[in-house]
Amino acid sequence: MSRIRTAPPRYWLVLLVVIFFLGFPTVISSFLASEWAQAIILAIAIMGLNILVGYSGQLSLGHGAFMALGAYTSAILVHHYKMDYLVTIPIAAVLTGLVGFLFGVPALRLSPLYLALATFALAVVSPSLIKRPAGLTGGVQGILVLQPDPPDVAREAFAFVTGTAMTSDQWIYYITLFCALVLFWLAWNLARHRPGRAMRAIRDGEVAAAASGINVAGFKTLAFGISAFYAGTAGSLLALSTGFISPDTFPVSLSIQLLVGAVVGGLASIPGPLLGAIFAYFLPIESNQWVPSQTWLPEQITSTVKNAGPAVSYGIILILIMMFAPNGIVGLIRTGYVTVNRRLRGASDPQTGQIPPDTQTV
Amino acid sequence: MGRKAPGFAAVAVFLLTLAACGGGTTSTTQTDVGVTSNSILLGNTNALSGAAAAYGTISNAENAYFTYVNTNQGGVNGRKITFKILDDAYTSAQTVPLTKQLVEQDQVFAMFSGLGTQTQTSVKTYLNSKKVPQLFVATGATTWGKDFSSNQWTLGWQPPYQGEARIYAKDVLQNHPNAKIGVLYQNDDYGQDYLKGLTDGLGDKASTMIVDKESYDVTAANPFAQLTKLKGAGVDTVFLFSTPKPTIQSLAYITAGLHWEPTTIYLNSVSNPQVYMGRAAKGGAALKNVTSVSYIKDPTDPQWSGDDGMKLYKQVIASCTTCDINDGFNIYGVAVDYTMVDVLKQAGSNLTRKNIMKIASSQLNETNPFLLPGIKVTTTSSDHFPVMQEQVITWAGTGWKLQGSLIDERGTIK
Amino acid sequence: MQEFLQLVVSGIATGGIFASLALALVLIYNAMGLVNFAQGEMAMLATFVAYSLINRGMSFWIAFPVTLVLAFGGGVVIQRLVIRPVERAPVLALVIITLGLATLVNGLAGFIWGYVPRSFASPFSPDSVDLAGVFVSYRDLGVIAVSGLVLLAVYLLLQRTTVGLTLRAAAHHPEASRLLGVQVSWMLALGWGLASAVGAVSGMMAAPILLLEPNMMQAIIIYAFAAAVLGGIESPLGAVVGGLIVGVTVNLAGAYLPGVGGDLQLAVGLAIIIAVLILKPNGLFGRAAIRRV
Repeated sequence: MSRIRTAPPRYWLVLLVVIFFLGFPTVISSFLASEWAQAIILAIAIMGLNILVGYSGQLSLGHGAFMALGAYTSAILVHHYKMDYLVTIPIAAVLTGLVGFLFGVPALRLSPLYLALATFALAVVSPSLIKRPAGLTGGVQGILVLQPDPPDVAREAFAFVTGTAMTSDQWIYYITLFCALVLFWLAWNLARHRPGRAMRAIRDGEVAAAASGINVAGFKTLAFGISAFYAGTAGSLLALSTGFISPDTFPVSLSIQLLVGAVVGGLASIPGPLLGAIFAYFLPIESNQWVPSQTWLPEQITSTVKNAGPAVSYGIILILIMMFAPNGIVGLIRTGYVTVNRRLRGASDPQTGQIPPDTQTV
Repeated sequence: MGRKAPGFAAVAVFLLTLAACGGGTTSTTQTDVGVTSNSILLGNTNALSGAAAAYGTISNAENAYFTYVNTNQGGVNGRKITFKILDDAYTSAQTVPLTKQLVEQDQVFAMFSGLGTQTQTSVKTYLNSKKVPQLFVATGATTWGKDFSSNQWTLGWQPPYQGEARIYAKDVLQNHPNAKIGVLYQNDDYGQDYLKGLTDGLGDKASTMIVDKESYDVTAANPFAQLTKLKGAGVDTVFLFSTPKPTIQSLAYITAGLHWEPTTIYLNSVSNPQVYMGRAAKGGAALKNVTSVSYIKDPTDPQWSGDDGMKLYKQVIASCTTCDINDGFNIYGVAVDYTMVDVLKQAGSNLTRKNIMKIASSQLNETNPFLLPGIKVTTTSSDHFPVMQEQVITWAGTGWKLQGSLIDERGTIK
Repeated sequence: MQEFLQLVVSGIATGGIFASLALALVLIYNAMGLVNFAQGEMAMLATFVAYSLINRGMSFWIAFPVTLVLAFGGGVVIQRLVIRPVERAPVLALVIITLGLATLVNGLAGFIWGYVPRSFASPFSPDSVDLAGVFVSYRDLGVIAVSGLVLLAVYLLLQRTTVGLTLRAAAHHPEASRLLGVQVSWMLALGWGLASAVGAVSGMMAAPILLLEPNMMQAIIIYAFAAAVLGGIESPLGAVVGGLIVGVTVNLAGAYLPGVGGDLQLAVGLAIIIAVLILKPNGLFGRAAIRRV
């Protein structure tokens, strides 16, 4: 009982967020549920990237390729081998994780910039590589993934709560939410315990970390493997939620979108990827559609925004966010919280010489 | 005290979001979803930005024609057409949620003229399962008409790429039976579809006549290496199954880069608008012995300047401020619109999704003022390719010249 | 054999385009330690500006230097407005800003000029000269010549002038330079302006061949990135050599490697570069970086 009383407020916030997402589909349309499922999928992939970039300090511009691997693994297993979709998700994740781990080995040799180039190259060529074994991957035609109907248990529960029938999209939303909860919890534990600390030590100073006895190579490749595992899960879920994948579902811009989401959300944080995913997913859609539909804006502005496409507004907002929040949204909230806290406490001398508590753990 | 702040803030955000996402609304319908007593809502996804954005003008041209019908004819049977266009940037990952939005949130009556083979394939199953018409998709992929029986809510419009390539095959067999053929094709649905049509059309002569095939990826900077190889293989008849930009580059490179004068160059119809020929010429292309096919009147062709259909097109397109009047894509948009309006008119008071699907896929019999004279837009219960006639054209220095008469490919694609 | 030579020559010409953009990337990297993802888009925008000037009747040879000056100014403005306020930010934040800039510029160009490909007048005639059975177009020769001249000019500027010396000092030793009274921030702006101008050259050379449209440079920037890294990200000479190598390799690989069609050209090119990097991690001309503990 006292544990609950003394639990940090953050834990309550997390609980609230989880309840929010659990209840969400009951109040929004099925279509919006499918949109939010996509955002959550992106959050999973970004969390994976965050583990690599934020925690272990290695740069990757090619996580879209890992997503593609996960997606195609699931799609092929379902399409060619008639496996149940839910079974293929962990298979795809583990396979992609292994590939990521193997990729991490030669990556050790490359300095950050060159690693960025190598992963960028991977992202660029993966559509072409996918097209090649056309018999397996469907080539340019892609693979259609049938979306499963909700099982009776879920259907009944949903009908009990809302009185409406559960759609395929809503069921898929819950699958992705479940995966996201598991994976976020896993990441939180990773960050809090030894692997996370080791990775952060490596990120902040490789030589010092090695001198402290940390197995640098081991943790770096582990980080790669884990982050690929996350991307593979996300890819598999993506195939499920969109119902169709083809080589052009995974262009370079996807990998870039993941990186943008990771940085905008806030690197080396747990809530960062979720915020970043919401930003990266909804901003282009909203800027394309929301502005022109606002009737109180003058015609010139709306037609300008509409014709310029989401690109211009997206670019401007991205630049502004990075200028005002270079540590991402989470960084902004933290600095804001610290400032507000200080003001409230009437702290007069911020420089107390004390080492601040480690803000990297949630 | 400060500790509770995040908690309250979270609750506030939670409630605010609940209020904002107030669920989908259903419009009042009269005969079917998306139809009211005075309006019809049609949905569309097109590439308004990104790599394929040159095609984006099609949707704008279509909107212009709908505007014309609304203003000059009071709409169709008293109902004005509202056309909602969303930008999917040619990526199927965007097309899927945007199409779902149009169907489930905006509650459109039908999806019309969606652009792109992969993008439209990605939503095909969804639209068919929801029984929403996916009408007159803006791609010439043969599968729309060929596989109609498995997707009866999806219909193409323009002549299929395979049909077009078969016409080229006929032309080659007739006029250049000893040709050594080399094919440059884009490595995707588009290029592969054309190649299949050519190979099928040549029949058993294909393996002997096609000396070399080179593919290039749509992301490549240019197809020059492939063209060099074609020349090196002794090819004298070149087929360019490529989108406009690589086609222009190829035409220029063949003359200026390789100093090569093939006996014939066959261009696909998507890349043959006169504007592109002009650009190739500026790049150094000789444009000798270039053949293609056409089914639409080209706005830059002086022979149509007095034509009623062309005059109508020019009148319609004037209301689209971003449309280039000479762009062949725009008259395509207007032509396809004409068929759509025709279908809506034929439905009369029985304006249901099922009925317009039936009319479009099996009861079309129309003469379209924007297509070449003699072309009939028809569909029957066994034939679901609306436009199947094209005419061979050859480049004559300043413009395309129609050769011979219309060739009908109806019934050749099983 | 003739085909081989043809491929090599056209590879060198394409490589010239990669080289000039790679040079711009190297200049920014030298100044700030980051890769400017917006370089290609800025080059494209400058080319559109040149296009508009030429359309208004200006001759190419006047529009060219005018565009260079405008591009230079644009680069300086971008550095002052967008980059300088966040100089102290983590490198990744700056990288994201360049990504945002790239999206912004691309959308802007699409908005102003639309997406239909336009032809861009090259000052060189499209004819070719016959060199022992191999056809080299004057245009390709022009691209090679101009890239070479630009490299020479940049080299002379950086190595032989005081301005260049100050620029290099500000980039590599900002604290010491400040102590000596150098306006480090303005030197960085100068670096951006210079890179932007060099990028504009790349765009204007590429446009006649690639056709001018907002997405024109997107295929190029990947190769340019590869070329810059191959040559050693800090070496201007490396950028040019890297560009030529990339151009030729990609062409030859596409033509001669079995199973590699035109569609895997890019894959092979990048694979080769990565292989080189595994052997020589600092690129061909790069100096081994000293790792600070």
